[in-house]
Amino acid sequence: MLAYAAKRLALAILVALFVSAVAFALLRLSGDPALAIAGEGARQADIELVRKTYGLDRPLIVQYLDWLCTIARGDLGQSLYFRTDVSGLVADKLPVTFWIGGLSILFALALSIPLGVLAAVFAGTSIDRAALAIAVVGQALPTFFFALVLMMLFSINLRWLPVSGSDTWAHFVMPTIALGYYVTPPMMRLVRAGMIEVLGSDYIRTARAKGLSGTSVVFKHGLRNAVVPVVALAAVQLGYLLGGSIVIETIFALDGLGYLAYQSITHKDFPVTQAVLLLLSLIYVLLTLAADLLNAFLDPRIRVS
Amino acid sequence: MDGTIITPVVAPTPAEGALPAPGVLRRVLGHPGLVAGMVLLGLCVAMALLAPLLAPYDPYAQDLNQRLIPPVWFEKGSWAHPLGTDNLGRDYLARTLYGARISLLIGLSAMLISGLIGTTLGLVAGYLGGRVDLFVNFIITARLAMPVVLVALAVVAMIGGSLLVVILTLGLLKWDRFAVVMRSATMQVRALDYVAAAEAAGASRLRVLAGEILPNVFPHLIVVATVEAGSAILLEAALSFLGLGVQPPLPSWGLMIAEAKSFMFFSFWLIAIPGTALAALVLGINMVGDGLRDVFAPEGRA
Repeated sequence: MLAYAAKRLALAILVALFVSAVAFALLRLSGDPALAIAGEGARQADIELVRKTYGLDRPLIVQYLDWLCTIARGDLGQSLYFRTDVSGLVADKLPVTFWIGGLSILFALALSIPLGVLAAVFAGTSIDRAALAIAVVGQALPTFFFALVLMMLFSINLRWLPVSGSDTWAHFVMPTIALGYYVTPPMMRLVRAGMIEVLGSDYIRTARAKGLSGTSVVFKHGLRNAVVPVVALAAVQLGYLLGGSIVIETIFALDGLGYLAYQSITHKDFPVTQAVLLLLSLIYVLLTLAADLLNAFLDPRIRVS
Repeated sequence: MDGTIITPVVAPTPAEGALPAPGVLRRVLGHPGLVAGMVLLGLCVAMALLAPLLAPYDPYAQDLNQRLIPPVWFEKGSWAHPLGTDNLGRDYLARTLYGARISLLIGLSAMLISGLIGTTLGLVAGYLGGRVDLFVNFIITARLAMPVVLVALAVVAMIGGSLLVVILTLGLLKWDRFAVVMRSATMQVRALDYVAAAEAAGASRLRVLAGEILPNVFPHLIVVATVEAGSAILLEAALSFLGLGVQPPLPSWGLMIAEAKSFMFFSFWLIAIPGTALAALVLGINMVGDGLRDVFAPEGRA
């Protein structure tokens, strides 16, 4: 287990470094940083001076390593548009995105586990096909369109929920549904496939032969074993969600990382874009690392191969 | 209940991938989901190909006296504009029809680019294994760590939105699933006897890859390709919706929804029409993908 964990950790660190290089390149490709600092219409001599003071005349690799040390200390630079510290800005918006991501995953689990179990128990019947239809339609619906439909229905027609903002819990209801529904289909398919496999196994037959009731067999013996890979998938999906929340947060004007990323991109505020990219990627790397280690811990076959 | 059925210990299994052609056709036609998906997809392709013949107006022609006319099923609608007009008085039916072209073009070309990259990586990694596999695995993990929407938005914002930029961005970003699936499929096939036979007969690596492995992982490739085409279409729509995809006046469905957003409270059909078209196209593609998976692998790998 330790050897596997060490290998997996090494991969995670390498990936994090690679992503940081991409984020660094992104900022550099977006334009001359010396020009950005000196401002529009600066004289050539001033730009040269800025270049010297900020060490922008050194080789790129040195600048990259230097930058890496800076961000390791928690200094993500200055926002060009918001005119504040990027670290503070990002730390401010992170909770909203965590909430929306966590709630969406819970929503998706609450929807996909019962549907997947139903589909597996009644595999091949119309119940199974109905559950599958929900999954297929869910995968085809554009998230932003679904979000607008929800908005129209719950905010405009029924007047139950606020249209946009992030002040109260009611503001989180529609984004949670829109984002959570999007990741439900793959999780539901996994629950279904896992349950069908588990329900066909010998120990389930033993449990049934002992005379245990149907619900006890399905939930106590079956679901417990089928749900393990789903938890791992949920961790990975949470990473996807944080990326997908850009669209949803922008539509509902939820004041989180995704909306911040969108604003930073449209205002060409690349230090902020870079920071969000770095942060979202790092969260994904950590989540997949945790999921893999959990899986390896629960299933010894993974560690050995 | 199942006790009466006696299953032999060693059941003769038919060789995988060696399906007789008539059987495939029968299985395609016997799969209602696949047929429905093909009909849906076929309709969208027909819309795209026949757009110049079917469209009653030029999709770019503005008529400021004819703005925001509702579709024909509303009280104020008329057959002159069956799906109404948008806020610039452009015929919505014409724009929706031409929109199918953009979605299909983007889905197909982005899928071809990402398919080429991902399949090559997956085949090579799965066949050669060892360090090459480690490296490809690293590339895949690194790519997955970066949120596609964010990177695509940033790239389009830097280079500027156009059809070509969007296609290239999506194509160069979305190869991960091709690589993952092709890698594991190749690993399974590599261990089979006919690959060993080809190697023993002295076939070169390239020849084994192209002649023995690729044809046998092809069913998996087709399934991933359909799913990825659908996902590229959705992503383009999302990018265009956020204003960082293809640019006006192109009739992209995502862009149409973005342009109609400020009118949606009074004229919901303005976003409902392109939204439904988008969902129908992707639904058709996904149903074809799901159906093909069942046809190629009837034992079902959900």
